[in-house]
Amino acid sequence: MSVTSAVPANDSAATRLYDCRDAYSQALEAMAACDPRVCAVVSDSVSSTKLKSFSQKFPARFVNVGIAEQNLVGVGAGLANGGMVPYVCAASCFITARAMEQVKVDLGYSKSNVKLCGMSSGMAYGELGPTHHSIEDLAWTRIIPNLAVVVPADPIETAAAMHYSLEHLGPMFLRISRMPVRAIHGEGFEFKLGKAITLREGHDVTLMANGVMVSRALDAADSLAIRGIQARVLNMSSMSPMDVDAVLHAARTTRGIVTAEEALASGGLGGAVAEILAVHHPAPMRILGVPGVFAPTGSAEFLLQHFGLTAKGIHDAALDLLGEKQ
Amino acid sequence: MADSKASDREASIPEEAKRLSQLANEIRFSAMSMTNHSGLGHTGGDLSSADILATLFLGGILAVKPDDPRWPQRDRFIMSKGHCSGAFYSTLAFTGFFPRSMLATFMDPLSMLNGHPDRNKLPGIEANTGPLGHGLPIAVGCALAARMRGEDWRTFVLTGDGELQEGSNWEAALTAQQYGLDNLVLIVDRNRIQQGDFTETIIRMDPLAPKWAAFGFAVVEVDGHDHAALLECFSSLPLQRGKPTCIIANTIKGKGVSFAENKPAWHHGVPTKDHLALAAVELGVEVSQ
Repeated sequence: MSVTSAVPANDSAATRLYDCRDAYSQALEAMAACDPRVCAVVSDSVSSTKLKSFSQKFPARFVNVGIAEQNLVGVGAGLANGGMVPYVCAASCFITARAMEQVKVDLGYSKSNVKLCGMSSGMAYGELGPTHHSIEDLAWTRIIPNLAVVVPADPIETAAAMHYSLEHLGPMFLRISRMPVRAIHGEGFEFKLGKAITLREGHDVTLMANGVMVSRALDAADSLAIRGIQARVLNMSSMSPMDVDAVLHAARTTRGIVTAEEALASGGLGGAVAEILAVHHPAPMRILGVPGVFAPTGSAEFLLQHFGLTAKGIHDAALDLLGEKQ
Repeated sequence: MADSKASDREASIPEEAKRLSQLANEIRFSAMSMTNHSGLGHTGGDLSSADILATLFLGGILAVKPDDPRWPQRDRFIMSKGHCSGAFYSTLAFTGFFPRSMLATFMDPLSMLNGHPDRNKLPGIEANTGPLGHGLPIAVGCALAARMRGEDWRTFVLTGDGELQEGSNWEAALTAQQYGLDNLVLIVDRNRIQQGDFTETIIRMDPLAPKWAAFGFAVVEVDGHDHAALLECFSSLPLQRGKPTCIIANTIKGKGVSFAENKPAWHHGVPTKDHLALAAVELGVEVSQ
């Protein structure tokens, strides 16, 4: 585990919000400039994947297959066979669900060196409704053998994970949100697949989160600290492989674990942690996510509030786990 | 000089076709023996595709190196109809990618010879196929990769005809025509039978050639059991500059053994020892005891 300090609260950078897609597309351009194997494949998703600039700078390495997600992923597998490193980019809801068999067979089973970039994941397309929400994707992808699954929390981690993905030989799914998030990681942050990132130490309870929920977990730790409760905060951006040691360490050295994810509460981060605990070290848990329903319509922020996926929601779950009054 | 080369070629094609015909029959018998061994397999499609596979791999069409199977400049061949692994594995073994003795382990526990091909287990396999409609999108990606890299290797993909009912093929076709992939060759094993019945009874595929032409492919129909015609066709690629090629190989499911020819039940029929004995005679294959 590496320890990374959060940006100081009084720094103006701490209040600035970022769209992680900018960090991803800038990283992809930088990688393509250095490595002629890097190419991008989209399904009429040039603007939503923020690749217009890439398509202009590297037109020969940019493929638009049209609205055809199964083909999109298969083309990616073929490009990898031919020695390229394709970044296959589309809305997360379509690139996973619509092309699930290609993700399983052409990427995971085949061990193809393809990087899937699932954009606007979770409930980022809140108002568009459940067809465009991607809250099932973590459960679907993390169980596929050989497929690394990464959910970056901020622009710094997004860029770092992108650069890491080029060095990683094998398929990877990067779940990249468009929801504004603040910077969490410091400069010089280094992404390591399979490693939890300790953002805050504490020995009373462990808060585990990924993606847009990480900053909320940090805020929950702040408010718990006011009550004298010291919460450890782990950024579980590496969903698969998961840092089993960090999970077991949390179970052994704190009184329980609260997980929070912008996804269904079944099968994702909470599910993965529960699987580890159930076998190796049962411990009290609270799993925060969308509780087995299709989400209603509303802005992404409204929906997170609606399902208690907030700093207060995490705070209250921690208190409940610890048997403390709210 | 040109005339003398042409006459050499004319003289050699019938001879080469005869050699390939014999090899294809050996592939047929090998595939049937494997299916007899495993109790599972796809005899009908193995037999319909054997001549196409033999011509591509053993007729010098594909630039591949069995002793260097991941040679970057190799032609890619993708067996999209992965269920016909009996014929495919036999062809790869006959080409020298792995010992023929391994064919006897077909579908055994922990065998490298899965029911459907696994590129991480056996050399010569480019894509893990089995679920239909995966091969053409992958082949399109390969062809795009060759173009991006400025390399002149080609990509061949063999699909079934029932397989073309999968929509992903037509998604891939749109991409192939949009990018003018004339380094891509689609071969359709048009045996007119799928698992449940004749294709035209289940979902009509005719007229097939105009469909591919409408999707921007240069199309040719060929007798998929005529090695001379196949050699001629494969030696004339691309059919048209700037267009992907579609070769509709008209075949007979179960070709070469009378009891299986054109019979839907033999899609995944399993031959008995008696069937094998009869097949050996009809195919003109000597069986080593």
